[in-house]
Order: sequence, then C-alpha cells, then structure tokens
Amino acid sequence: MAKTEMNWAAIDADPRFQELHRKKTTFLWGLMIFSVVYYFLLPIGAAYYQDLFKIKVWGPVNVGIVFALSEFIVAWAIAGIYAQRANKEFDAMAQAIIADARNMK
Amino acid sequence: MNLKLIGGAAALALASMAAFGAEGAVHDNFKWLTFAVFGAIIAVTMYITFWAAKRVHTTSEFYAAGRSISGIQNGWAIAGDYLSAASFLGIAGLISLYGYDGFMYSVGWLVAYITVLLVIAEPCRNIGKFTLGDILAFRNDPKKSKSIAALSTITVSIFYLTAQMVGGGVLVKTLIGIDYEVSVTVVGILMLAYVVFGGMVATTWVQIVKAGLLVTASILLVIFTWAPYGFSLPDFLQGVVDNGFVQAQVKKLLGDAATGMSPQELGQRFLEPGLFLKNPIDQISLGMALVLGTAGMPHILMRFFTVPTAQDARKSVIWAMAIIGGFYVLTLFLGLGSAMNVGAANITAVDKGGNMAGPLLAQYLGGGADSLLGNFFLAFVAAVAFATIVAVVAGLVLASASAMAHDIYVGVIRGEKATPEEQVRAARIASVIVGIIAIFIGISAKGQNVAHLVAMAFAVAASSNLPAVFLTLYWRKCNTNGIVWGMFIGAFTAIALVMVSPNMTYPKAVIKEARKVLEGEPMQPAKLVQPAKPASSFICELFALEGCVKSEPAKAATAEKPAKPGAADKLAKLAEKVTALEASKAALVADAAAMKKADEDIAKAKKDIAATEKAKAKAEDDLKKMEGQTTNLVGIEKPFFLLKNPGIISIPLGFLVVILLSLVTRDRRAEEMWDELYVRQNTGIHAEGSVSH
Repeated sequence: MAKTEMNWAAIDADPRFQELHRKKTTFLWGLMIFSVVYYFLLPIGAAYYQDLFKIKVWGPVNVGIVFALSEFIVAWAIAGIYAQRANKEFDAMAQAIIADARNMK
Repeated sequence: MNLKLIGGAAALALASMAAFGAEGAVHDNFKWLTFAVFGAIIAVTMYITFWAAKRVHTTSEFYAAGRSISGIQNGWAIAGDYLSAASFLGIAGLISLYGYDGFMYSVGWLVAYITVLLVIAEPCRNIGKFTLGDILAFRNDPKKSKSIAALSTITVSIFYLTAQMVGGGVLVKTLIGIDYEVSVTVVGILMLAYVVFGGMVATTWVQIVKAGLLVTASILLVIFTWAPYGFSLPDFLQGVVDNGFVQAQVKKLLGDAATGMSPQELGQRFLEPGLFLKNPIDQISLGMALVLGTAGMPHILMRFFTVPTAQDARKSVIWAMAIIGGFYVLTLFLGLGSAMNVGAANITAVDKGGNMAGPLLAQYLGGGADSLLGNFFLAFVAAVAFATIVAVVAGLVLASASAMAHDIYVGVIRGEKATPEEQVRAARIASVIVGIIAIFIGISAKGQNVAHLVAMAFAVAASSNLPAVFLTLYWRKCNTNGIVWGMFIGAFTAIALVMVSPNMTYPKAVIKEARKVLEGEPMQPAKLVQPAKPASSFICELFALEGCVKSEPAKAATAEKPAKPGAADKLAKLAEKVTALEASKAALVADAAAMKKADEDIAKAKKDIAATEKAKAKAEDDLKKMEGQTTNLVGIEKPFFLLKNPGIISIPLGFLVVILLSLVTRDRRAEEMWDELYVRQNTGIHAEGSVSH
C-alpha cells in the first residue's frame, strides 16, 4: 500500500469523524472513571469500613470477599462492554470514514 | 551457524544445572527429577528459538514478529510477559501468610489492564512502529522525544530486570540449591539465546508456552486443593476458618490483640482485611502506580506492535485480562490451600517472604517431601517458575534493546538512515549488550534488597511514560517541551522519593535489630490500650517533617513481657538442654514412649540451635556490613518519605509538568501533526501493516 498524503484536516472536520470522536470520548471516560472509582473503593473500604467488610453473608464468606471477587467480575464486564461496543459501532464508523477518505484522496 | 550456537547455549545451560550446590527445597534423591523437568522445558524453548531463528530477518520481524501474531496468541503472550515470579509466587505467598489482604493486593494488577484496553492498546497499534519512542516522535521532535523515551525505557526495564534477576536467582537457589551466580548466568544465557536468535518471534512463543504451563499447573493444583470440599466456596473457606495452622498464624500476627478470641474467631479473622496492608494511603499510591504504570511499561506496549490490526490489539487485551484475572482467582485457592495444608510456619521456614507457598503446596498435594509424585509436582512448579523468569526477562531485554538500537542508534545517531541489514545487526548487538549488563547487575546485586525496584519501575512508568503517551495521543496542545520535561521530572521524582522511602535499607535500624538478636531485649512493662492517632496533617502522612505528629494505629493493652536473652545465652541454654536430655535418656531405656518423646525433644532443641545460630550469623554479618554507617545510600538516617510507593506524588506531578510546559511553549510540528495523529489513532489509516510470508 503506497502511503499517499491524505487531507487529515478534512477527515478531522468530517461530521462523522466528529461523531465518532464524541461517542468514543464520552464512552471511554465514563468507563474509565467508573472502573477507577470502583477499584479504589476496595482499599478504602478495607481500611475505613472494616465492620461492613466483616459481615458474613454466605457461611464464612463475608462482604469483603464478595466485594474483592466482584472487582474481577466488574473488570471483565467493563472489558466485555467495551469490546462489544467497539466491535459493533466504533469499527463500523471508522470503516466508513476510511472508505470515503480513500476515495477522496 | 545459528543452530550450533543455540545448541551450545542449551548444553551450557544444562551442564550448569548439574552444578547443584547445597540444600534446596527438593530432596537430594529427587534432584534427577528436577533436572529432567528443567531440561525438558529448556529443550522446548530452544526448539522454539531454532524454529523462530529461520523466520527473523527484518527489523519488523525482529522487533514485532512481523506483526503476524494473532489476538489470542498475543493475549497469552501478554499474560506470559506480565505474570512474573513476583505475581506467580509472591501473591500466593502473601495470601498464604496474610489471607484476605494478599488477595486484595492482587486486584490492582488486573484492573491495570482496563487502562491498557481503553486508552493505550489500539491508538498505540495504530500510530506506533516498534517502540515507545516511535509513538512520542509522531508529533513531537523526533530526536528529543526518542532520546528521552529510550532513556526512560532503559531505566524502567533495568529496574524491573534487576528485580527479576535477583528474585529469580534466589528462587532457583531456594528451590533446587543451584548457586546464585550460576542460576543468574543460566537465566541470562537462555534469555539471550531467545532474543538474539529468535527476536520477538521466539520471545512471544516462549511467553505463550510459559503462560500455558503456568495456567495448567495452577488449575491442576486448585483442583486437587478444592476437590475435598466438593468445589463449594463456603465449605472451602469454612475449612480455612477451622484450620489449626491458620488459627495459629492469625494468633501470631495479632499478638496481644488475639487474647480472648476463640479459635473460630481467629480463623475467620484470616478472611478479613488488615493483617498485612495497614496504610490505606500507601495502598492508594500503589494502586495509582499499578493502574497507570502497567499501561506505560515498555515491554507491555511493545507487545501491541506484534498484532496485525488494532482490532487484534483489543482482542489480545481481552484475552490477557481473562487469563490474568482467572489466574489471580486461582491464586486465592493456592494461597489458602497452602496456608491450610503446609502452614505459614513451614512456608516461612523455607522463605521468609512466603514465596515458596505455591511450590510447597504442590509437593504436599503430590504426597509430601518423601514421595516421587510430590517431588515431581514440586519440580514442575519450580521449572514453571524458572521459565517465568526467563520469559519476563526476555521481554524486558527486547524492550530495552529496541530503545537502544531503534531509537538511539538508528533514530538519533544515524538519523533514520541505516540500511535494513544494519538495523537488524544493531538490534542483535544491543540485545547482547543489555543481556550482559543484566547478568552483571544480577550477580553484583546478590543479597541486596531489591523489593523497591518493582515499585520503582511501575512508579517511573506511571509518572513518566504514561503522562507523555496519554497526552500526546489525546491532547491537542501537548508538545515536545512538555513531554521531555514531564518525563524527566516525573521519573526523577519517583526515583528520588523511593530513595528516601522505607523500602531502602537504613543502617541504624539494621544495627538495632542485629543488636536485639545478639544481646537480647530488656523486659517490657505492661502497656494500656492506645487509641489510633491521626497524623497532624495530610502532609505529615507523607513526609517526616519537623513538627509533624506521626499517625499511629490503635494498640491493644499488653501484659508485661519478660526480657529476652541474647543469641549466645540462648545457644548455651539449648546446648545444656540437649546434654540434659541425652543424659536422662539412659534411664528411659525400658520406656519406649518416653524414649521417643526424649528423642523428639532433642531433635526439636537441635533445630532451635540451628535456627538460633543462623539468626546469630546473620545478625553478626549485618553488624559487620553496617559497621560505622549511619545513613543510607543517599545520606539519610531514617525514611523521609513515609510511603512505600511514590505514585501519589510523582504521577500528578508528571502530568502537571507536561501540561504546564505545553501550555507555555509552542511547537509547530506538534500542532501540525495533531490532525493526522488523531485521525490515524482513531481509524487505523496507514497503520504499519503485517508482513506476509
């Protein structure tokens, strides 16, 4: 593939690219902030809410263990949600922009 | 020619395996077994290298495996690159000694990959070529950004590498008794063979094989550990709560606070937080370094250049998260299983940090120290640990060699004008240089405290690489001055703070501890309950400034403690005891039971003597080493920075410097290239393609 010069500013100004940028930014920041907050709840809870973490909910299984395990589930869920959205939506949007950009040159 | 050299390296490695030293966790009668398992694994990796060597001719093949690794394969390779001995053995060990806190510690290592997935992997694949420097040079001044990126890459890699080499040397010595210098050299030679002949292709496949072995071994061990409880989580944890070893360990950890607790309460306490991680601010600081540092690790970044497209990079992080997360969940069972079946006292007897929890559990599950199967399991786990170190080190060497050859030599010195053949030659020569440096540092750091190096590597990556990469990719105004100074100040602050942190060795404290062992301790009067004291201000939580009141945790009331004798007195008393017991044995000939008891007592006393002598020798050695010194490496007597991890200060500072300098200076190229960078990182237009064979 020969690398011909593209009109990058034109693609950047394309409303579809702007739309992709807007959608991706809100979505990624949302997920990122949620995951960081959820992660830091674990050390904060373990340090300042020990009484809550010690409550037994299932035999010897306590809130702390359930919460720590939920960190894994949440991390995997975030990865899954992102992959789903990116595979279905972002890739297709980018593909449309690329196809046109190649034709425009 | 390559084949011959590879064969030579393998023969040398195997020959040095035969140079077994003194004691190790594996019994002498079973060393041949360890030898066979190690040999088999080394043979497999050598075959991979031979196979890969025929496929590596160009720079793209050497640095990025021709961008022909699939998403799933790369996911396994990332897991193989990331699950170092520290996480494989270290976290299982922490769980076996401290229960809940060890498990909590493992969470951050997985969460780190969310940052990698959401903000780093795909854009880097879309605009990068081989290195961190390539990403930064896209819109910043190429020579300046490649120089600082190479410097940072080499710094981070050397810290991490040294920790791996030293940890690996100690580990192999503990497991099978090979001399420290020999095992460091063997690790170094093997890793050099993979990297120099097979480049990224061999490194990737060694990492995949190692991740496969690690996961298989862990799943098998967990099945054996969990099966007796019918694979029920509450039943398994109830087993932990009811276990005598666990209860004894909690009692030991809590000390006086355990008075009046029932055995059940003690056991349950193992599943609650607070036995190990005591300072929440330190944990948040470590969490920040992990969550942002992983995404700035050069050897992890480099892995994303090996796949054909951004979609494959995405897929590889998803796979890596599944494998790494699943592995840490398995470690919970390994750690707790080891705490129940082997017992914390026996684990720490072999290695103080608990690193042997996993291997000892394997030995127990196979039938114990005297059984063939038990020793086969132990040998297998030991070999996996060895493969782990070699694979991680290979990835790090490749990352720093690429910074040296591709960024510095080709990019800065030759101004991108080197021929393809010259570039590959430069890459191989750089690998040899880094490899030799790694072996040299590994051997000269023998017996050094390297715990701070991993924290330092992550903190530098998070405070220097990540702000620069992140802002270059996502912030229009970011420019060369910003990233150069941001990276420099971020890295410098992180390193400087670690140098004055509690991670370092402080001669005064070491001398005090050694004196305690040698001269004994005076009687301690009874103490009343002390409520927790907060620090006088937030700054005082972080720094030992004048006028600061340090925070202190609550302490339970303690009874009067008798004086402890020094090592010499203790040894004399034990020797007397043995003589007395042996003398009284003559009178016990008729009574078989009493005879047996006396023998056991003698054995126990002799064990105590050995332990005391070891402690005495260590204390004397420490005193000799620290003689006349009062300050640490940088000239201070006690920690000035109170946290173990500097992230909470150095990361925001790194970001701040990049932002401020970018705002006050102007850089035409950085502005002009923004549109192209932003379009390309989002769409993948013109991304470096894969090489078809």
